[in-house]
Amino acid sequence: MFDRLFEKDVAITGIGQSEVGRPSSKSAMRLTVDACLEAIADAGLTREDIDGVACWPGDNNNGDSFSPVGPSALKSVLGLNVNWFGGGYEGPGPLTGIINGAMAIATGLCRHVLVFRTITESSGRARNKAAGALSNKTVGRDTSYFWQWYTPFNVHSGVNLMALYAQRHFHEYGTTPEQLAQIAINGRRNAALNPKAVYRTPLTLDDYFASRMISTPLRMLDCDVHCDASTAIVLSRADAAKDGPNPPIRIEAIGAALNQAWSWDQISLTEMATFDVARMMWSRTDLTPADIGSAQLYDGFSILTMIWLEALGLCPRGESGRFVEGGQRIAREGEMPLNTNGGQLSGGRTHGLGYVHEACLQLWGRAGERQIAPHQVAVAAAGGGPLGGSLLLVRD
Amino acid sequence: MSRKLPALNPDTAPFWQGGQHGKLMIHHCTPCARYFHPPAPICPRCASLDVGPRPVSGKGKVLSFTINHQQWVPGLDVPYVVAIIELDDQEGLHFVSNVIGCQPEDVAIDMPVRVSFSQVEDIWLPLFERIA
Repeated sequence: MFDRLFEKDVAITGIGQSEVGRPSSKSAMRLTVDACLEAIADAGLTREDIDGVACWPGDNNNGDSFSPVGPSALKSVLGLNVNWFGGGYEGPGPLTGIINGAMAIATGLCRHVLVFRTITESSGRARNKAAGALSNKTVGRDTSYFWQWYTPFNVHSGVNLMALYAQRHFHEYGTTPEQLAQIAINGRRNAALNPKAVYRTPLTLDDYFASRMISTPLRMLDCDVHCDASTAIVLSRADAAKDGPNPPIRIEAIGAALNQAWSWDQISLTEMATFDVARMMWSRTDLTPADIGSAQLYDGFSILTMIWLEALGLCPRGESGRFVEGGQRIAREGEMPLNTNGGQLSGGRTHGLGYVHEACLQLWGRAGERQIAPHQVAVAAAGGGPLGGSLLLVRD
Repeated sequence: MSRKLPALNPDTAPFWQGGQHGKLMIHHCTPCARYFHPPAPICPRCASLDVGPRPVSGKGKVLSFTINHQQWVPGLDVPYVVAIIELDDQEGLHFVSNVIGCQPEDVAIDMPVRVSFSQVEDIWLPLFERIA
């Protein structure tokens, strides 16, 4: 179908992450600078080498805690001279910055693109508990093309929409709350070995069932935990990547397709965007799900991780409940280590790039106490509803 | 409880205001002879501009639902049911609404429902109640 797969020209050469605070006393820009300087140094580069900046979702509503720093501000603050920079919400989900940055490299615009994602929802919620409500995204009448179909029915949070997916999954496939709980319990088990994780105390099934019901069948522990943090990834052209101190992590394949309406309710309730995304990703590589050594899959809400497992072919469709049951298969020593840093449920809602950061740490063998068995292939995927993107990453 | 209300435009007003005349209005494509939602000036299937609102039965069933317990904004009465209702008029024709008039725990997937309009200002919200 295509005579050239652009992502093959691009590799990850460096990663960085600020402190993960709940809340952090640092400014959003300081968190961003901390992450970006660490990533640039990790790649063996200097500021002068960076000639592109990418971000999802970009500066969002003048400093809104969902995305307080965009590429324009960062470019100025870091004094970067760039050939290309861009950010914005509309794209294939939280990995959009990486996908756009890789395109900028593959088209010859840039050699080294700095991709970042900053989020300060912990301090944002501390100032105003209702700050994140969907009904507060617009002032007065809802003018949003998308949210106007939900907010009049008191859908104030994404969790209501995810709960609709979860309930349908339970109905069609017989998935149980005990099975769903394993996503949270597995995350917490891994977070215990992650010094940066927000929640590190062990979690039992009883704890899960004791947690508050938010929107049936999703409980508090099915929802990720707000934090203040920034994560940065340096992408480099494949030839330039060879010069760095880290073995390049190639982007073997990306998934970004959406073959349905961009909508939270007109999209397949049991697939969302994930199956479109995964089909595209697997069409661009000779690798198969059997090659994957670790999976870092979006757990903004636990049900989303379950659907990603199915979409990516890590278990059969409808079987994610039985696949995660008991937690052994998805544990660090299991057949498919999942969200090895605790994910967003326990690690903190770094929102997207955290999965890529962890995939790289594991591939490079730098994950410390939580390091799993050496492997060469990892998958990172992020998004829910109509938002979805995935990366197949290979360390040769 | 007060609700966030949608801004109206020529495409969306029939859906939000059809209840004034007791009708649930859904956009329909003449060449496809099919309904689609949300309303738009063009059919997403065949790209025909020969589209417009038509009254539907207002009957359907619960495709999925959730009982919301969290008070997201001040003054929000909980619990309440958010559901996706699939209309009887066409397979796959569905949208988000609320199920009202029964205990939240009585709601179930596939439960038959019919539209019940709730007027707020110039909006007639198409809510749904169980068909006894």
